Amino acid sequence: MAVCDQQDLFTYLLRLGDSGLVLGQRLSEWVGKAPMLEEEMALANMALDLVGQSRMLLSYAALVEGKGRTEDQLAMHRDVHEFTNPLLVEQPNGDFAHSMARQYFYASFAERLFDKLQHSADTQLAGIAAKAVKEFRYHARHAGLWMVRLGDGTEESRDRMIRAIQELWPYTGELFETDELDRRMLEAGIGVDLHVLRKSWREDLDRVLGEAGLPLPADDAWMHSGGRAGRHSEHLGHLLATMQFLPRAYPDAGW
Amino acid sequence: MTERELPLWEVFIRSRTGLNHRHVGSLHAADAAMAMQNARDLYCRRQEGVSIWVVESGLIHASDPSDKESLFDPAEDKIYRHPTFYDVPDGVENI
Repeated sequence: MAVCDQQDLFTYLLRLGDSGLVLGQRLSEWVGKAPMLEEEMALANMALDLVGQSRMLLSYAALVEGKGRTEDQLAMHRDVHEFTNPLLVEQPNGDFAHSMARQYFYASFAERLFDKLQHSADTQLAGIAAKAVKEFRYHARHAGLWMVRLGDGTEESRDRMIRAIQELWPYTGELFETDELDRRMLEAGIGVDLHVLRKSWREDLDRVLGEAGLPLPADDAWMHSGGRAGRHSEHLGHLLATMQFLPRAYPDAGW
Repeated sequence: MTERELPLWEVFIRSRTGLNHRHVGSLHAADAAMAMQNARDLYCRRQEGVSIWVVESGLIHASDPSDKESLFDPAEDKIYRHPTFYDVPDGVENI
């Protein structure tokens, strides 16, 4: 096993933590506006799962970095270009179909990612993954059921789900992008081979869309990229402004 | 947008292995899978259970409150149905 650079591990953890944090913040925007009470609870539960995972990942990242920063400083005192989440998770909630398609795309990916990370050579990351994989399995099932229900529902729900998939599909490619850092982490036995995940991710998607009677998106479609390198859509700035306002305006605030 | 309520379901949770499922409340869901998911989110947030049952509320046949007297009162004067007429031998802790 190759020795892993601490800076690499820090960035790797940051990517995982940022993804959960941003998606958790997005989902929490539904609180008070969900179509029904039951779904309101489900969305809030998923948001809490994501923020909880993100806390563990970011506090571990801060420890690895060794510069005295905390999880809160990483979450609340970095700007847009320092965030490393994929563009998919920062996309606005849109209608309920959009939120469920986004949740399914990410959760189904993350379920497979964290399943592999349970066997990471980094035992702390493996421990976090063991907890996260159960949560993502639930998120993927919940969102997948809604994709079937909406796709196979009324004409309007079907149209909305088709539109949601069309609009979000170009953001799915970035999830499986493999850069130099991914390769080094894989060599060190810490990271995961994302190409392997893609096949089973796609198979599960085809199963869900088949059940829903929805058209399958093309594998060779053009894909957005850049989130992991800090090049984000305009949406992330607004999300951070809401999320970070309080700790930035009142740095000493506690609870 | 059409506003239509989804069917009502009753939720039963078994809190520990060996105990009975107990009625904990109700929820709205389109089908059994969704009812199960919602039950998990609404009633198992604090480690309440190890098993969930969901039943469509419409499938439950309930006793009519106006039948209360004929159903329950006749048991009133039959105290011999309570196991209170036995002498418990010394040294027996549980019976």
